[in-house]
Amino acid sequence: MTEQLDAGLVAERIAESDQLSAPSGDREIGRARRRKEDARLVTGRTTWTDNIQLPGMLYVTFLRSPMAHARITRVDTSAARARPGVVAALSGRDLADEQGSLPCAWPVTEDIVIPDHPPMAVEEVRYVGEAVACVVATDRYAAADALEEIEVDYEPLEAVVDMTEALTEGSPKVHETGNRAFTWRFAQGDVGAAFRDAPIVVERDYVQQRLIPTAMEPRAVVATTDGDSFTLYSATQIPHVLRVMLAMTTGIPEHRLRVVAPDVGGGFGSKLQVTAEEVLALLLTRRIGRPVKWTESRSEGNLTVHHGRDQLQRIRLAAERDGRLRAVQVELLADMGAYLMLVTPGVPLLGAFMYNGIYKMDAYDFTCTGVFTTKMPTDAYRGAGRPEATFAIERAMDELAHELGLDPVEVRRRNWIAHEEFPYTTVCGLTYDSGNYEAATDRALDLFGYDTLREEQARRRAEGDPIQLGIGVSTFTEMCGLAPSRVLGSLSYGAGGWEHASVRVLPTGKVEVVTGTSPHGQGHETAWSQIASDALGVPFEDVSVLHGDTAISHKGMDTYGSRSLVVGGIAVLSACEKVKDRARELAAHMLEASAEDVEFADGSFRVRGTSQGRTIQEVALAAFAAHDLPDGVEPGLDAETTFDPDNFSFPHGTHLCAVEVDTETGGTTIRSYVAVDDVGAVVNPLIVEGQVHGGIAQGIGQALFEEAIYDAEGNLLTTTMADYLVPTALDLPEFVTDRTETPATSNPLGVKGVGEAGTIASTPAVVNAVVDALRPYGVRDVRMPCTPERVWRAINSGTSGASGVSEASEGSHGSGAPQSSQGSRASEGFEGGGR
Amino acid sequence: MPRITVTVDEITYEEEVEPRLLLVHLLRDRLGRTGTPIGCDTGNCGACTVMLDGVSVKSCSVLAVQADGSEVVTVEGLSSGQEWHPMQRAFHAEHALQCGYCTPGMIMAAIDLVRNDPDPSEEAVRRGLEGNLCRCTGYTNIVRAVRRGAQEMAGRHD
Repeated sequence: MTEQLDAGLVAERIAESDQLSAPSGDREIGRARRRKEDARLVTGRTTWTDNIQLPGMLYVTFLRSPMAHARITRVDTSAARARPGVVAALSGRDLADEQGSLPCAWPVTEDIVIPDHPPMAVEEVRYVGEAVACVVATDRYAAADALEEIEVDYEPLEAVVDMTEALTEGSPKVHETGNRAFTWRFAQGDVGAAFRDAPIVVERDYVQQRLIPTAMEPRAVVATTDGDSFTLYSATQIPHVLRVMLAMTTGIPEHRLRVVAPDVGGGFGSKLQVTAEEVLALLLTRRIGRPVKWTESRSEGNLTVHHGRDQLQRIRLAAERDGRLRAVQVELLADMGAYLMLVTPGVPLLGAFMYNGIYKMDAYDFTCTGVFTTKMPTDAYRGAGRPEATFAIERAMDELAHELGLDPVEVRRRNWIAHEEFPYTTVCGLTYDSGNYEAATDRALDLFGYDTLREEQARRRAEGDPIQLGIGVSTFTEMCGLAPSRVLGSLSYGAGGWEHASVRVLPTGKVEVVTGTSPHGQGHETAWSQIASDALGVPFEDVSVLHGDTAISHKGMDTYGSRSLVVGGIAVLSACEKVKDRARELAAHMLEASAEDVEFADGSFRVRGTSQGRTIQEVALAAFAAHDLPDGVEPGLDAETTFDPDNFSFPHGTHLCAVEVDTETGGTTIRSYVAVDDVGAVVNPLIVEGQVHGGIAQGIGQALFEEAIYDAEGNLLTTTMADYLVPTALDLPEFVTDRTETPATSNPLGVKGVGEAGTIASTPAVVNAVVDALRPYGVRDVRMPCTPERVWRAINSGTSGASGVSEASEGSHGSGAPQSSQGSRASEGFEGGGR
Repeated sequence: MPRITVTVDEITYEEEVEPRLLLVHLLRDRLGRTGTPIGCDTGNCGACTVMLDGVSVKSCSVLAVQADGSEVVTVEGLSSGQEWHPMQRAFHAEHALQCGYCTPGMIMAAIDLVRNDPDPSEEAVRRGLEGNLCRCTGYTNIVRAVRRGAQEMAGRHD
């Protein structure tokens, strides 16, 4: 738990954290180790991709389409080519024969439409920012100057920006085949029966606005070749996946392509991609024979890093009078943007089994239609599908509570899986292995001071205080630890979900762990060291973790989906166990004992019941020397494993948010935020707490600040950090966090993953709080982000009792209209938030 | 081209620069001081913050020619040998960084903040660092680190 940090508490806090870093027993797992990664990061001795400087290196810049949809009728690069310092100026046509099509690895249905996606547009552009030409020059400034000299003629075509309109007959088409990419359905139980005579039906429409992931490090790529082999450095989360996909896309043989993810400054899903720029950089270095570098500007990145969310959700709950759920029905429209990128169509499906949340019910029905628009493609963004699902069910549960006049926590209690019911197979067929929703919720309510805040809320309401208090709850779970390969196969994903690790004890007794995970802020170097240290009985400092280079870590599935610890960490542990088995055999030989009589503790192998022993370091040296190895034992002390999980993991938690809403200005301030997460066993509590903090902040960003806005012509209006509002320090409170711990039963460490939890939980907690503050004004929803303008409009339309305020009357950024009762918006269909 | 003399992390350089060259590009591309990263192109993110004659500036918003005759300190110039600056130690101790991309700018801005306010409140830290964006930490640990660094800089704790 974190306490409020008053000035006088600073010294106490320092003492406490010093204590955390001091030795505390034998085990590394569970210690708040300070990170190994920090040394280079706090001193500036980093290797961001843009820091890489190779002899003779050239700089690439891209000319990007200013039109959302147009036919390219002419590209003239000759004037650019003639500029000083320019080595090449090329159009899509120049590269058409070799550039191939960017891959989509997740064809979710048999009849899905996967349009051709040239890395550089040749005939048609379909979103603002799509590359149409490039310049390669001797420095950044020369390249930028030359870009201005390229002439492009466009024949404008109609933009398609609204999903609902895109699906109407007569809509302009993004692709020849039309605007529907796929429709995917999943149903369990008799939903029709559940709704037919249901005492209570709650139906709501929610808008998951489009978000820009905004990793602090803009993307960058360096490509080089010696004429035979190629090396690509990229700010990527997925060096291994990228290598396979680039080999398939460019035809460069996989064994002659090395991909390196150097220091990577955050990803949040945005660097889980095979990008046009990565393909083009390889093609350019192949063509020119010199190293090339491309680094995006932030404005370029806002246009061309894949976006997240952008779904229209309709959720219907059927419930009994006492609040118990009968069924949930969900209809989604998911904006794909102009093309299907690596996992674009799969993102909404990652939420398909999650709209039931932590609740019991008999029937479930989920349908998602993927829609093409002339916008930047969407793809994974922190949580990917699960935040959307959690938002819809947690918002709808609050609405159900309101309809029934129940406390929102109480309605959840009546529906959630009780701790003694685990393992529990949900209506969606997922088996939640462990959890204790009661414990996490009770702890959160206690830390939050729930009852006291409810009293204050009642007082303020009674007094007509212009500053109203709102209380929001979110009890969430998520499926993470992506993923069992056979499940991915059953969902038509193009690859598996295993992870690889190898561990070697070097002759001097130091340990190298090679992992297939690819950290970009998560602290794997520290956490994997802790795991290996415990498993092998070696000092934490004696372990190095190598990653992010396909020449060093030859096998891996990389980092996303809260998978690294749950899959990759287990692979590290299991490789250590294998090393230990080998060492035991050699130690037994050295001790002239049988392996069964040799036990391992504190880094030493001992003959049971004697003081005779050999340290693992001594065994490693003997294995290196190889002078006296038993038959069948190979020199060196190393092993590798690949771990493929049997099940997902299911972190859960209860988040509570108190907001103060100024009803005169619409301004919202977060007064307190309590998060009690259950992520299973914890390897490093400091890292876990940090992940929760950052996740909460991103979820708050969606709730209150962030939205990628396109105008009717398909121009992105939020291209800079002045327009797209990432939360600042001043926008956020000090978070109070705590944990409960029910170990996962699906892996030997009992871990569940933590990377996405905060983001998944916090968005509905905040919006529930905002709406709760405004209930007395008749407000039932505020569309995200809950800006002062939207809140003010909701209050004023709510007060006047006008339940049918349309989006149009509020302008294109307008809030969702208040909903006067269940089902009242049914007739509005999905038009409400289509923009 | 204008010729400038600029001292960066205690090394003096004489450079011929285009008038439009940004200080951050001088540091990164010409002088190899890549410890200072670039996070945006509108002066919002603060990742490129350095000290210019003792005051924090966003080096993407300063022309190299404006630094003529000046002394620049980057994150790489903070530690002496193996000894880190108290603010660097505080960021490490409080786990105030994850990906670390914003960290150089955050540390430089924090040092400047503490010089002006040796014992900043939580509110003062949040206000003072509003121009430095972090996407990983949610700022809670950054605020703790800056307050801890302030204590250490003042010799109230070491």
